[in-house]
Amino acid sequence: MMKWLSPRSALGIALITVALVALPFVAAMGGQAWVRILNFAILYAFLALGLNIVVGLAGLLDLGYIAFYAVGAYTWALLASPHFGLHWPIWAILPFGAALACIAGVVLGSPTLKLRGDYLAIVTLGFGEIVRIFMNNLNAPVNITNGAQGITLIDPVKFGDFSFSGTSQILGISLSGPQKYYYLLVALAILVIIVNERLQNSRIGRAWQAIREDEIAAKAIGINTRNLKLLAFAMGASFGGIAGGIFSAMQGFVSPESFSLIESIMILAMVVLGGMGHIPGVILGAVLLTVLPEVLRYAVGPVQTAIFGKVLVDPESLRMLIFGLALVLVMRFKPAGLWPSPERKRDLTVKPQEVAP
Amino acid sequence: MSKAMGEVLLEANAVAKHFGGVKALRDVSLTIRRGEVYGLIGPNGAGKTTFFNCMTGLYVPDGGGFMFNGTPLVADAPHQAAERGIARTFQNIRLFGNMTALENVMVGRHVRTKAGVVGAMLHTPATRNEEAAIRQRAIDLLHYVRIEDRAEDLAKNLSYGDQRRLEIARALATEPSLLCLDEPAAGMNATETEALRDLIEGIRRDGTTILLIEHDVKLVMGLCDRVAVLDYGALVIEDVPAVVQKDQRVIEAYLGA
Ligand SMILES: Nc1ncnc2c1ncn2[C@@H]1O[C@H](COP(=O)(O)OP(=O)(O)OP(=O)(O)O)[C@@H](O)[C@H]1O
Ligand SMILES: [Mg+2]
Repeated sequence: MMKWLSPRSALGIALITVALVALPFVAAMGGQAWVRILNFAILYAFLALGLNIVVGLAGLLDLGYIAFYAVGAYTWALLASPHFGLHWPIWAILPFGAALACIAGVVLGSPTLKLRGDYLAIVTLGFGEIVRIFMNNLNAPVNITNGAQGITLIDPVKFGDFSFSGTSQILGISLSGPQKYYYLLVALAILVIIVNERLQNSRIGRAWQAIREDEIAAKAIGINTRNLKLLAFAMGASFGGIAGGIFSAMQGFVSPESFSLIESIMILAMVVLGGMGHIPGVILGAVLLTVLPEVLRYAVGPVQTAIFGKVLVDPESLRMLIFGLALVLVMRFKPAGLWPSPERKRDLTVKPQEVAP
Repeated sequence: MSKAMGEVLLEANAVAKHFGGVKALRDVSLTIRRGEVYGLIGPNGAGKTTFFNCMTGLYVPDGGGFMFNGTPLVADAPHQAAERGIARTFQNIRLFGNMTALENVMVGRHVRTKAGVVGAMLHTPATRNEEAAIRQRAIDLLHYVRIEDRAEDLAKNLSYGDQRRLEIARALATEPSLLCLDEPAAGMNATETEALRDLIEGIRRDGTTILLIEHDVKLVMGLCDRVAVLDYGALVIEDVPAVVQKDQRVIEAYLGA
């Protein structure tokens, strides 16, 4: 049912739209590097919302999520670069990458169906590492991934003749490559937000939440928990695959080191820190965790010079120290995340030991 | 209802289950007829809940099996049992705590509805209609068990009695032909128990067969058409309440040892 927007929410949407359109120009004032950081914030928001389906809705603690991102990234890199001399168009690669990631999701999902919580986390963590190690070593005897050197000169996103790399003039406005990617990423992010929102309030989404809340009760009222868990893994993985493809095209370069365990942990941290299962919270988490380390990178050195007259602590270490401290403080004082869903701030009390039904 | 009242709905054939050395069920055979309220009683640890778990597919029996509506129930497939028309509540209440009461009942419609991921993402008219029907049915069921004013509260914040009612509403949402209640009156005061009794009688009148585990002997004897008694995993007797009440073995099981 379509409801007419109230004047207030219409105004809100108008303001957000203006802000979203203007943002890359504001960021560009600080240099194109800031536009790139912005782009990564949105890409991570996209990834985090994909992971939110698995962790937030279905309650499956997945620490290997980056593997699907890697599958998507390498799919794009191999099918649109001089490495194999292939240059597939976007409408073919992106669905193909998503499908491969989806298959990888099912492959990971099937052996873990009986596992829960910590055990699931350990197995998925292992899976993520396996994929990275594969990418690292699939250069002999047949060179598929080019090993640790990675793949370079990857094609940018192109629609017909319109390329997303390089500067172009649109309606008399000059747009840089990162600025063009920004708009593409915003469009994709809006898409994943809509999907998340619709799934959450659907028959499937409710079944996922039921599994998260009590798997035995979910089974007893007729939910096929095996299939639905696989579906959650597959859905989350597909989004990871799409994000990976865009990442590959945007960077023009991929190598296995972009897909290390710390990346999986960061994405999970975005979901948890923002507010598990709450879409605006997850977006906030992604944006903060991407932008904060960068802001610190620029701020830590100069601030030290301003206060002490010289740099006392290595800015790089101090940056991660402050970052870690911030995470600990948030989890200590806002255990449900920075922006949990209003009516259901989950109390994170320890659930009673699993007992026989 | 198409099927005649009184015909066999569920048949347990020599169902056995052990946990290590504990024989929780020893070749239990019993039959439940369509339209009746069937009581299952016995002292603590007699195997009542284990019987439920075997029947609903949560445990795989070590021997024997169940016939439901004339065809065997597949062991180890709880979601199929629900699909076939067996719904249950749990002795230690298992609700979806961080979902609202309404959502809990809406989840119960899962087996009787179809919308998939694609429908949900595209918001097709068929999906929207189904969604509206799910919601309406869930609201009706909350009215039926009289907790409609708690619809938007999280299940975990409901009072104990309301949680028990919500669990019944969720089970009814699956349109069961057999509703199994595991000690629904446990922890209830006299007024609440009386209201529960009315609810169970109403459900039976509306055509659902009921299997009731209960310690409250007065409630069982007043409500049930037939009663089975388990003791140490074995069936002691299966008969009408008047006969069961006077049976020497039953009196011993409850008073002795
Ligand atoms: N998962 C399990 N693992 C080991 N032993 C179990 C398990 N479930 C039940 N038992 C044992 O089986 C026996 C029957 O237990 P059950 O829960 O079926 O009894 P009950 O009749 O429901 O009792 P109560 O009235 O206390 O609920 C008990 O001895 C119990 O300890
Ligand atoms: Mg019991």
